[in-house]
Amino acid sequence: MRTGKSRLSSLLFISAVVTLLVSVTTFNQLPADHDLHVGNFMVSLLGKYLTYAILAVAVDLVWGYLGILSLGHAAFFALGGYAMGMYLMRQIGDRGVYGNPDLPDFMVFLNWTELPWYWSGFDSFAFTALAILLIPGLLAFVFGWFAFRSRVNGVYLSIITQALTYALMLAFFRNEMGFGGNNGLTDFKDILGFDLRSDQVRLGLFIASGVALIIVYLLCDSLLRSRLGKVAIAIRDAEDRTRFLGYRVERVKLTLFTLSAMIAGLAGALYVPQVGIINPGEFSPLNSIEVVVWVAIGGRGTLYGAVIGAMGVNYAKTWFTGAYPEAWLFALGLLFVLVTLALPKGIAGLHLFKSRNKPTGKMEPKT
Amino acid sequence: MSAVHGYRKPLIRRDRTFEFLIPQYVDDLDLSHGTALYLEDISVNFDGFQAIKDLNFYVNTGELRCLIGPNGAGKTTLMDIVTGKTRPDTGSAWFGQRINLLRMDEAEIAQAGIGRKFQKPSVFENLSVFDNLELSMTGTRSVWGTFRAKMNRQTVERIEAMAETINLTDQLNRVAGLLSHGQKQWLEIGMLIMQNPILLLVDEPAAGMTHQEMDKTVELLRSLAGERAVVVVEHDMEFVRALQAPVTVLHQGSVLAEGTMDDIQNNSNVMRVYLGTESTT
Ligand SMILES: Nc1ncnc2c1ncn2[C@@H]1O[C@H](COP(=O)(O)OP(=O)(O)OP(=O)(O)O)[C@@H](O)[C@H]1O
Ligand SMILES: [Mg+2]
Repeated sequence: MRTGKSRLSSLLFISAVVTLLVSVTTFNQLPADHDLHVGNFMVSLLGKYLTYAILAVAVDLVWGYLGILSLGHAAFFALGGYAMGMYLMRQIGDRGVYGNPDLPDFMVFLNWTELPWYWSGFDSFAFTALAILLIPGLLAFVFGWFAFRSRVNGVYLSIITQALTYALMLAFFRNEMGFGGNNGLTDFKDILGFDLRSDQVRLGLFIASGVALIIVYLLCDSLLRSRLGKVAIAIRDAEDRTRFLGYRVERVKLTLFTLSAMIAGLAGALYVPQVGIINPGEFSPLNSIEVVVWVAIGGRGTLYGAVIGAMGVNYAKTWFTGAYPEAWLFALGLLFVLVTLALPKGIAGLHLFKSRNKPTGKMEPKT
Repeated sequence: MSAVHGYRKPLIRRDRTFEFLIPQYVDDLDLSHGTALYLEDISVNFDGFQAIKDLNFYVNTGELRCLIGPNGAGKTTLMDIVTGKTRPDTGSAWFGQRINLLRMDEAEIAQAGIGRKFQKPSVFENLSVFDNLELSMTGTRSVWGTFRAKMNRQTVERIEAMAETINLTDQLNRVAGLLSHGQKQWLEIGMLIMQNPILLLVDEPAAGMTHQEMDKTVELLRSLAGERAVVVVEHDMEFVRALQAPVTVLHQGSVLAEGTMDDIQNNSNVMRVYLGTESTT
C-alpha cells in the first residue's frame, strides 16, 4: 500500500533527474550561438548543485529519519573531496610549476624531499575510490561509536559535530599536515588521464554526479522503505521506547550515520574536480549549517525534499551572490525563518507534493 | 558488542538438540524453580529521595499479579528497574535463575523476554498502527536483519489478528498519533503481546478507557496469564478486583502487604495508607 506510493515518488524523482541530465547534455551540444545552448560554466554549476543534492540526502537520512542533527557533515564532504584532490594532484605528475615528478608543488615549495606516507596509494584511482568512502566512513564510525554508545543526543551531539568539523578545519589549515595548508589542493589537470578542462570531461562529471544522485537516492529509499527505515523513524520519535522493544538503538544510529558520512564523502569527491579546488574552507562550520538549512527548506524527512532544497537554495545563492553579494547570508537566514514558520515541512510539504506522498511526510519530529 | 558481561550465551548447549525450535529470546532463561522474577533487597535513591527501600518482590511463572499503591509508592520505578531504565543502588534482580537483569541494558532485557507497557501511552505516533505492530513483533532485531526483513502472509495475518484482538482493524493504516487515548492504550498492549514476552509489565492500562473497554482489557490480560507472567499496576480498584489476582501493595518503596483483594481491603495497614479512601467496600 505505502510501498506503491514510495515507488511512484522514486520513479518521478528518477525521471526528473534523467530529464535534467538528458536535456543539459543535448543543449550543451548545440552551437554556442544558439538560444538554447547551455554553456560549460552552467554544466559545471549544475554538476556542483547535484553534488550538494547528494550531500543534502546524506544529511536528511540522519536528520530527517533518525533525528541526528549533524552540524558536521561538511567534514565528511571535505574529506571525500580531499581524497579526490590528492588523486588529482598525483595526476599532475611532472607538469607542476616546479616540474617535480614525485612531489606536488606545495611540497616542493615547503622544501619537502619525499612524499608523506599517507599520500602513497593516491596514484591509483581504485585506491582513491575506496578512500573516498572509507575515510569519511571510518571517522563517522569512530565518532559515532563513542557518541551513540554514551547516548549523547540532541543539542550536545550537534555541538560536538560542529567541534569536529572545526577541529579538522584548523588541522587542514596547517602546512605541516601535508594537504597544502590554506591554499588546499588545486591546479588539477587530468582525471583518469582525461583533460579536466575539456568540455566532454566536464559534461561527464556532471552526468556522473546525476547518476550518483540517483543511486544514492535509490539506496536510501530502499533502506527507508525496509523495516530498518521504520525502526529509524521509531528512534527519531521515541528513542527509549525503541530500546524497550529490543532494538539496539546505538547500532542503528552507528550504521546509518556511517553510511551517511560515506555518501557525503562521495558527494565531496564529485564536487572537487568540478570546482577545481579543495581547501580547508570546506570544513567551515558554517557550511554544515547551510546544508541543514537546505534540507529544512526543501523538506526534512523526504529525500526529494532535500534534493529540491539543495538545488533551489544554491541556485538562489548563485544568483544572489552575483547581484547582492553581502546580502546572501541574510537572505538565507530570512528564507530559513520564513520557511520554518510558514512551511514547517518545507517545500515538500506543499499540497502539490503531499497528495502524492504521505508516508513520512506526516510528522512533527522532535529535536 | 557492549555490556553483555556475565550474560554470555554458551556456544553449544548439549541439552538443546533442536536449537532452531526454541525462540532466541528464551535462550538461557531458566524458569525451572517456578519463579520468573526475583527482586531482592532493592534500594533506589534519587538525589537523596528514597524511592525504593529494601524491596523484595517475586513473580511466579505464568502468574497474574496486581501491584497497587498510592501515588509515588514506587510502582513505576520498580518497572524501570526490571526493564533496565533505572539502576538500583543495592540489591539484585534476576529473570529466572540465570539472567542477571542488572548487567543488561534495555534492549537486551527486552530481547530476553520482558515486555513493558508504559504508564503514559507510548506508541510511535508517526508510524501506522500496522507498522507499530510490525516493529514489536518477535523476530530479528539486528540492523541487517531489519533491513532484509520481509513481510509474508503469516506475519501479515499475525498483525491483522492482533489488530482484531485490540479492536483496531479499521485503523491499521492510520497513523498511531491520530488514535484516541484508549486506542493508544490498546495498541500498546497489542505491541506488548506481539513481542511475545515471558514477563509482561503493564503500567496503568485502564487509564482513559470506558467501562466496556476496561472489561475487554481485563479479559485480555487474564487470557495472557498462564503462559506468561503478568504484572499489572492500576489505581482503579474495580479493575483490580475484576482481574481476580493476588495483590501486592507498595508503599514508600517497600511492600506493605500481599494477598487477595479481600485480604488487602481488610488489612489495617493498607487502610491507614489509603486513608480509608479505597477500603470502603
Ligand atoms: N528519575 C527520577 N528522579 C527523581 N525522582 C524520581 C524519578 N523517578 C521517580 N521519582 C520519584 O520516585 C517516587 C516514585 O515514583 P513512581 O513513578 O515509581 O511512583 P508510582 O508508584 O508509579 O506513582 P503513580 O501511581 O503516580 O504512577 C516519586 O516520588 C517520584 O517523584
Ligand atoms: Mg507510576
